[in-house]
Formats: sequence, structure tokens, C-alpha cells
Amino acid sequence: MKHKTFFWFFLPTALAMFLFIALPLTSIVSQSLHTPHDQVLVVVESCDPFGCKSETTIDHEASKQIKEEEPKGKWVGFQIYTDRNHLAFKEVGELWENKTNFFDFVSSLNNLPFYKAMGFTLTYVIVVTPLVILFGLIIALAVNSLHRHLKGLMVFFSLLPMIVTPLVGSLILFWMIDSRGIIGSGLQELFADPNLSLKASTGLTWITLIVYGVWHSAPFAFIVFYAGLQTVPQETIEAAMIDGATRFQQTIHVIVPHLSPLVAFVALIQLMDNFRVFEPIVGFSASAHATSLSWIIWNDIGQEIRLMSSAATTSVLTIIGVIILLMPVLIRTWREFNPEK
Amino acid sequence: MTSNQIKRPLGLQLLIYGFVLFWFILAAFPFIWTMWGSFKVELDFFSKGDWTNVFSGVRTQVVYGKSFTGAGYEGAWIQEEFWRAFLNTAIVCVSTVVISLTLATLGGYALSRSGFRYSFWLLIIALVFRALPPITLVSGYLQPFYDWNVWGTLPTTIIVLVAINQPFTLWMLHSFFQTIPKELDESAKVDGCTQFQAFRHVIIPVMWPGVITAGLFSFLLAYNDFAVTALLLSQENQTMVPKIASFMGTTQTEGNIMFAVAAVVSSIIPLFILVMFFQRQLVSGLTAGAVKG
Repeated sequence: MKHKTFFWFFLPTALAMFLFIALPLTSIVSQSLHTPHDQVLVVVESCDPFGCKSETTIDHEASKQIKEEEPKGKWVGFQIYTDRNHLAFKEVGELWENKTNFFDFVSSLNNLPFYKAMGFTLTYVIVVTPLVILFGLIIALAVNSLHRHLKGLMVFFSLLPMIVTPLVGSLILFWMIDSRGIIGSGLQELFADPNLSLKASTGLTWITLIVYGVWHSAPFAFIVFYAGLQTVPQETIEAAMIDGATRFQQTIHVIVPHLSPLVAFVALIQLMDNFRVFEPIVGFSASAHATSLSWIIWNDIGQEIRLMSSAATTSVLTIIGVIILLMPVLIRTWREFNPEK
Repeated sequence: MTSNQIKRPLGLQLLIYGFVLFWFILAAFPFIWTMWGSFKVELDFFSKGDWTNVFSGVRTQVVYGKSFTGAGYEGAWIQEEFWRAFLNTAIVCVSTVVISLTLATLGGYALSRSGFRYSFWLLIIALVFRALPPITLVSGYLQPFYDWNVWGTLPTTIIVLVAINQPFTLWMLHSFFQTIPKELDESAKVDGCTQFQAFRHVIIPVMWPGVITAGLFSFLLAYNDFAVTALLLSQENQTMVPKIASFMGTTQTEGNIMFAVAAVVSSIIPLFILVMFFQRQLVSGLTAGAVKG
């Protein structure tokens, strides 16, 4: 295709992505480096027969003028990045100096909002991703050995947890684990503890969210692996059988290696999706015990006075996180594209 | 695969059936339970004393004289005007799908037919954009949208959703168009067609399977979105998902949690229908990127 034709074909989608993804990106970077202007205050002294009073008022004229001169706000550089609500250099430094041991230091980081969110987000990504892959693989192997008619039915029902709106899916589970809901009261009965609540403690809330994450994403891994299983070479299996491999050995040494490119694919998608974990925290009303990077942004924007600079700063930090997460993939593609310089 | 192997030992067979049953319950039961419960009163759905109340509907019988009631749906759809949110969702989803497919079909086709280096880079940029959580972009939208006075309206949200959808749809259609042999449009060009005519007369008639699959996924993305729609739409323009979220804030105090349950079930029904009719396309879409590696 000629450059010119390519240009015209690609222009609409490029324009959409440029205007609504690339430009907002530059806009959040700029917002994260500015804060709104302070109001200009003037002290007016008013004297009457009973004496003089000085009054502080807002000079609207002057405030407006400053706003017009610098519409982006006051330049603060990286100040927002290092404040207490974000990277909190000062606070972390103090904690490091006053620490008694390393674990103590890590747990005290939990009091800083950004590190608290980072802690949950990373835990979620690290725990959910491998569990999804493992669980998806087991479901795929199990369903694949069923009768033909049952397979279709299972695929249909398996798609549901994945396809349902994340917020709606988490609400459904939230109502079930409510202490009056079926799972919540069932667990109370099981452990004979009428006060047991999955929402009360941080540990249980984290486990709930992780279980939700696996429930929501395992179908995706299942579908991908299930499709891969249909293409496993029959000859290799037979050869392994003749060589005396047990069923388990066949699975480990033939089927799993055959699926390994798919594992990489599922892992990549899952890393991207789990890093943005957000809706379940809203759905499970779990923000007291677990916050994520996306959730802090949401919380900042949703305030009465929208904390745009703060939200923009967290956004930039999140994006840096995403890029670090994607780095291995990007480097690999780069190498494939530029072999042997 | 395993069907023509030596017969499985009974223990393994039982283990497999047991596991499949376990997964089936895990995947399907929450939906069935909530759908059933949405026709009950709150004290039945959340029955602390005796969970079988949900099946017998004891309290529902006390209040309404029968064991099923549509009160939750009536409250949500009429009293809380959930129908408005439903209509908004329909408008947003249909427009988003149509626009994003139009743009991405052209773009994806161009990418698949251009062997130049920049098309590779464009795909990589799209991959990075795909990885960005949509909510990180929202604070970039709000200020300009306030300034231009377009915040809160449906068209604004549609355009934003289209743009956020683009990277994914582009990738999907790109890999689909690569499966259509190049010779097809090359030969049309030899016969004197321009590139666009070749696209119009040769590619469009054969592209529908891929476009339908990509359309399904961009529908799901728009339908399931919470972050963008909740922050960019004003109260009266809300779509279903933010509306449900706002139920959570207000209804709990009024004891009308069943409104939210009914709204949640109403929002799942379209997805059920979608999966029922398009199961094959969904599965092929999920695996399209993967199998090719």
C-alpha cells in the first residue's frame, strides 16, 4: 500500500487516538506539575468613628487576572509527586530512619495512601495472575475430556463471570457474602461464629477481592487454553504413550509445553487488566481495607472539590507502572524486529 | 483429544466430573441465585435465620400474598427511572460500536496491507494505549470538557469510548484482515481498481465475520465501562452501570436494596442473550490474538 493511501485509511483512527488518548496524556502530565492558583487576598483597613478594623478579603479581579495569565495554574514542579499523598519522600525517609526492622518499615508504609494502594495493586496482580492461569488450565483440561454436548453447555456458563460487568459481578458476590446473604451466613454456620464477617478485616477483604478476581478472569484463561487443546498434536501424545508416559507425564511434558505460548499471552493480558483493578473495590465497598491506584484516582476526582492535580499525578505514576510492567514485552518485540545489529 | 485414548480410571473420571460440577456451580450459581432472589422482598433475599426462605418466599407471601413479586423491578424501572439509564446505555453502546468499527476497519485494513516499518510502530503504540487504565485519562478530559461546556452529554462520552476502544479493535481487525489473502485485493487493483475501490468491492463483502466479532468486544467494552461513564456523564444522562452504583449510595438507607438487585439483574439479561447468540464469535475473538501468538 502506498504511503498516501495508508495515510487516508489510517487518518480517522489516528485522529481519534491522538485527540482522546495522546493529548489527554500530555494534559495530565502538565496538570501534575501545576496546582490551582491561590486566591489573591487583600487586607482592607476600614475606619469608622469607633476605630479602625482590618479585614481580609479575596481580590476577585486580581485572582481572575492571574488565572488568565497562567491558565494552567501555578507551576510547582515535582512538588506534588513528592508530597505525602504520593511518593512521600520525606515521610518514607523518616520511617526508614526510625525503623526497628525491615518488616516494621514495610508495614508502616501502609499508612501512606500511595504505598497502601501500590501494595494492594501489586499483591492483586501477583496473586491473581498465576491463579487464573492455573485454574483456567485445570478447567480447560477437565472440560475438554467431557462429552461433546456437555462441552458447549460448559463453555456457555463459563463465559458468564467474565462477560458480566465487573461492577455488577462484584455486587452479586457482595450480596451473597453479606452476613445475611447465603455464603456469608453459611460461613458463619460452618465456623460456628455468628460474628464472622468477610468485610470486617483487611485480610479477609483482600482474600475476597482476590477470589473475585480469579472468578472473573479464569474463564478467559479457560477459553484460550481450551482452544489451544484442540490443536495438540495427536502423534506426540501417542508417541509419549508408547514410551510409557503416564497420563500425568503426558500432560506435563506434552500438553503444557504446547500451550506455553498461550500462557505468555494470557499472562500479558492478565497483567494489564489486573493492574487496573478498580470496580471490585467499589462493588465490595472495600476501600477501607484495600485501595488500588485506579481507586485513588477515582477518589480524588470524585471529591466535592475535584483534586485534579493529585489525580493527574497518580495517573502519571500509574502509567509509569504500566510501562514498567510492559517493558519485557516491548523489549522482546523490539529484539524480534531488529535482529542482530 | 482424550476421547480415543485408553479408558480413564474411575477415580480420575470422578475427579473430573467433580471438578466440572464445582466450576459449574461457581460460574452459574451466583447469577441464578440473584435472578431468583430479585423477585423476593429484602428479608427473603437476605434471610439470616433460614436460607430456605428464598425458595419458599415466606416474607414475600406475607407482604404481597404470593411468593414472587415484581416490586423491585417496578421500583427500579419506574420509580427510580432506570428505563432512562437503559435507553442511554442503548444509545451509547450502539453509537460506540458503529463508529469504532468504521474507524478501526479502515485503520486495521491499512495496517494489515502496509509492510512499512511505521505500521509496526503504530501497532506497538496501540498496544501501550490498550494497557493504560482508562481512568488515568479521565483527569485529562475533565478540564477541557468543562471549558468547552460539553461535559455530561452522551456524544462526548461516545467519542471518548470510541477512542478508548480503538487500540483493541484495531489490533483485532488487523489480525483478522491478515487472514484474508492479499491476492484478493491485489488482483482487483490489477483490474484497475483504486485501493479504496478494492476495499469497497472486494474486502467489505468478506469481512463480516471479523467485524461482528470485533463489534461484540467493543460493545462489551462500552457496556461494561464504569470509570469513564461515571465521571463523564451528568446525573440525567447516566448509563446503567453508574446508575446502579448510585443506587448503592442512596437506597441502602431507604431499605430499597431490592431496587439495586432488580437493576443488576436487568443489566445482566442483555449480556445473557448476547452470549447465547454469539457464543462462537466470542470464543473465536478471545482466541484470535492468542493462537497466532
